[in-house]
Amino acid sequence: MSAVETIGLTKDYEVGSFLKKPHRALDHLDLEVEQGEIFGLIGPNGAGKTTTLKLLMGLVFPTEGDARILGKPVDDRRMKAEIGYLPEQPYFYDYLTGRELLNYFGQLFGLSAVERRTRTKELLAKVGITSAADVPLRKYSKGMTQRLGVAQALLNRPKIVFFDEPMSGLDPVGRREMTLLVRELQGSGVTVFFCSHILPDVEQLCDRVAILDKGKLVAVGRMSEILDVSIDTIEVVAENVEAELEGKLRPLCRALERVGTRVRLSCAGQADFDAAAAELMQGGGRLLSVTPVKQTLEGLFVRKVGEKAQS
Amino acid sequence: MSRVGYIALNTYRETVRDKVLYNLVLFALLMIASSYILGQISVYQEVKIIKDLGLAAISIFGMAIAIFVGIGLVSKEIDKRTLYSLLPKPITRVQFLLGKYCGLCLTVLVNVLVMTAGLYFLLFLMSEPFEPALLKAIFLIYVKLMVLVGVALLFSTFTSSTLAGVFAGFVYVVGYFSSDLKNFDSVVETGALPQITKVLYYLLPNFKNFDIKAPIVAGDIVPMTQIVWATAYGLLYVSLLLVASAWVFQRRNLK
Repeated sequence: MSAVETIGLTKDYEVGSFLKKPHRALDHLDLEVEQGEIFGLIGPNGAGKTTTLKLLMGLVFPTEGDARILGKPVDDRRMKAEIGYLPEQPYFYDYLTGRELLNYFGQLFGLSAVERRTRTKELLAKVGITSAADVPLRKYSKGMTQRLGVAQALLNRPKIVFFDEPMSGLDPVGRREMTLLVRELQGSGVTVFFCSHILPDVEQLCDRVAILDKGKLVAVGRMSEILDVSIDTIEVVAENVEAELEGKLRPLCRALERVGTRVRLSCAGQADFDAAAAELMQGGGRLLSVTPVKQTLEGLFVRKVGEKAQS
Repeated sequence: MSRVGYIALNTYRETVRDKVLYNLVLFALLMIASSYILGQISVYQEVKIIKDLGLAAISIFGMAIAIFVGIGLVSKEIDKRTLYSLLPKPITRVQFLLGKYCGLCLTVLVNVLVMTAGLYFLLFLMSEPFEPALLKAIFLIYVKLMVLVGVALLFSTFTSSTLAGVFAGFVYVVGYFSSDLKNFDSVVETGALPQITKVLYYLLPNFKNFDIKAPIVAGDIVPMTQIVWATAYGLLYVSLLLVASAWVFQRRNLK
């Protein structure tokens, strides 16, 4: 059984004040997330990431298609008792204290009074806001609210957690702690589904990612599958490159840039590099450094979204 | 306790921690207290004035609390996005609505009880004997307020707080002239207007059914059957309003 499954999930919104026009926020999304994996959903603003999460959380209803979590429909109450959710830029009842909020949500999860007390204490310590436990939420900073949001998502010891921009509002220490927490969750068998703009975090954490753009799935797969593990680019720095030699090198590289007396070349793969190096030697140029560069998620993301825009 | 109960208690806690509510209650108690001064300047009418103004204060300020808090019951949760972290919990949308409704009814009840205590305290200061008949009028005021909370909740499920306030206010005012709507065809006989007023008469609650303040203050006997029927009418209306609210809210996309 998949942790999360969407089949042709589509959402149209009506936009405009008077003459309402339909806008497709999500277009036939087919996705399958396995249990125990860390799955990242990335995409530019307006790609449909938050809409996907809202559909999974039952906050909006699909125009077409279906979604299931742990094999159950998204409005199943027993299933909801097994998931945790951190919305994007969470906002909680500001008249409650952090402790009261966790106690209230614990009541909704059906936890006993003893369990609520224990979990609240544990989680407040885990996210580092024990000292603010009895402070009203209206006095919380953005980072503290985010930390409390993480705590409430873990209250019921969920099997799956959905994080929408979990690093948002966190300082570098908070982001590091969040990374460790996600790893810890995976270690205890929890499936983590998260949307993020911060691509290095996604790359560092996720087993698999899906890239969305304008509501459509552009790419999905294991990091090792979608990111070419072989060398993506070879960066070369050389000097003594005259104008004639520069003209010969230009067709052999992706980019050529002159920096003072030196030139920087980006070669696409080994064959181009070999040809450029040979030309450089013959033309009297001097090789100063060679740096192989692997493909990053950010590079892939920019390329995929760019390809789609061109098509 | 059920999940509806927890949501109700949290709604109650929200209103209790809101300073606006205290201002309203304080103002209501001041109004009840001021009836004492008015009573002093009206010869042989002191007690009647205190009862009149006291019951009116309970009704008006109860209405203010029911509408002003009720219109934000759902729309405020959507505007502030507090609902986004609540609805993914193991609750249904209907449980959420029922919890919000019961929570505000509890708030209104506590306020009505505080104002009732204020009224009886004033009568006690006037050396008046305890008069249980007033409780009949106050009870029906409370039933009316339960209906009004339902009206505010219904509007709150599909529109903004401001518009919900305007609509709920309209229903409250028109609901007081319900019998005039029924007999409108005797004034205007042609056109669509009599038909429209007829539909409004059947659609909107008749708040006059809950108003027994005048006979109670005058010392007339209000039969128990009238109170039972008015209560049954109110509860039926509340049920219909809750069903309509649930129907609307279960279809609403929380963008």
